[in-house]
Amino acid sequence: MTGHSIQLDQHGRLIHFLTTEGLSRQILTSILDYAESFAGVSGRSVKKVPLLRGKTVANLFFESSTRTRSTFELAAKRLSADVLNVNIATSATNKGETLQDTLHTLEAMHCDLFVVRHGNSGAAHFIARQVAENVRVINAGDGRHAHPTQAMLDMFTIRRHKPDFESLRIAIVGDIAHSRVARSKIHALNTLGVSDIRVIAPKTLIPEDIQSLGVQVFHDLDEGLRDVDVITMLRLQRERISNAVLPSEEEYFQCFGLTEARLRIAGPDVIVMHPGPINRGIEIDSQVADGERSVILQQVSHGIAIRMAVMAMVMGAAPGAGTGGD
Amino acid sequence: MPENNLDVQQLIRNMKAGLDRYLQEHNRNNPLFIGIHTGGVWVAQQLHTLYRSSQPLGKLNIAFYRDDFSRIGLHPRVTPSSLPFDVVDRHVILIDDVLFTGRTVRAAMNELFDYGRAASICLAVLVDRSGRELPIQADVAGKHLDLETNQHVKLSGPEPLALEITTAE
Repeated sequence: MTGHSIQLDQHGRLIHFLTTEGLSRQILTSILDYAESFAGVSGRSVKKVPLLRGKTVANLFFESSTRTRSTFELAAKRLSADVLNVNIATSATNKGETLQDTLHTLEAMHCDLFVVRHGNSGAAHFIARQVAENVRVINAGDGRHAHPTQAMLDMFTIRRHKPDFESLRIAIVGDIAHSRVARSKIHALNTLGVSDIRVIAPKTLIPEDIQSLGVQVFHDLDEGLRDVDVITMLRLQRERISNAVLPSEEEYFQCFGLTEARLRIAGPDVIVMHPGPINRGIEIDSQVADGERSVILQQVSHGIAIRMAVMAMVMGAAPGAGTGGD
Repeated sequence: MPENNLDVQQLIRNMKAGLDRYLQEHNRNNPLFIGIHTGGVWVAQQLHTLYRSSQPLGKLNIAFYRDDFSRIGLHPRVTPSSLPFDVVDRHVILIDDVLFTGRTVRAAMNELFDYGRAASICLAVLVDRSGRELPIQADVAGKHLDLETNQHVKLSGPEPLALEITTAE
């Protein structure tokens, strides 16, 4: 039993989606393939399929979020589930109720799926271990640990533009140290066969163990961007960074901000991604964020399809169910 | 005993003749052809060619509309549905390979309505076999077969299309 097997049932089907780490290429590819099918639903007259009719999805956001929470909500609604948004900031946890009590209260309301965002690394795993056998958990971001649906929507966006993962050169630029997106992305890229993954950041924003994930480290943006096919810019998490680590935002933009001029160092048909929200003029220039190489808004749309896929997969793997064939 | 060597091309010609009559009797012009994945699409492709339809062929994948999702989960592979036209106020010919319980056709009609309100839907199948569980009947069939519940009809393809009847022990 590995620490990640909590995500799979005895038939190897995905029952919780907590991290991309340790999941097989086959599972990651299935998520992308299902998302491709669900993507069409958003373009129809009736933007709904009846798969999760009668199921209840609870969005538990212990940290604030706009795009992740709203795309999870839309994804659940497009699958015909009922959605409960629990605003934890104003809820009973502030009155001293423990996380476990909150969970059991929601279980007593017969929620079938929890979508969890929490500031502590490992929170989603903790919750997945607490819930009843028929309840599913999806991690919508936990501390610095993982943000697997963001990683998969990035994989989906990359595959739409550049389907051959094995030949790609991919750069992840910026605040790697505080980024759960970067970690989840690196695991997914490794599993999908990308061999040239580069992380580019000042020394103070790169965790020491990062090379063990099979990436090349660059501290010079121009050097790292050479001939890359995909650039992911990360948000500088100013609220978590002290002045000792980073002298000034202006200086950061000078050294690590993505500009049109720097874009020319990369491959000719490079795509630029950003998980949002973006700090214009700090990690990315507005010209680039709104430019023709930017796929930032596509990422948001793809987020709905990916979240539909993951929800359908974990809810479809019901206890006692077969293995998905007929 | 049913015959075990069914000539698929003959059944498709039967469907074409039946459809000709049906469309004329019901005065339905310029219909859209929509096949249900996977076998229904193969049959629909041939009819679409025979009719020299100017509209593209529609393909429905009913995986997200199945009534057994909570029992068996998602189908392992889901090719996206593709209806590259507006179905609103159009006459639709819905095509499948084998009509058995009727559950696939129910799911297909539910999905079709999520694309818009068609003027009419006509159901055309290669094989209409016994065993209905829902009040759904074919308007046109290449062949009717009276089979036991342990007998199964399967279309393989796309090149060549072949029908096989097997009996489970």
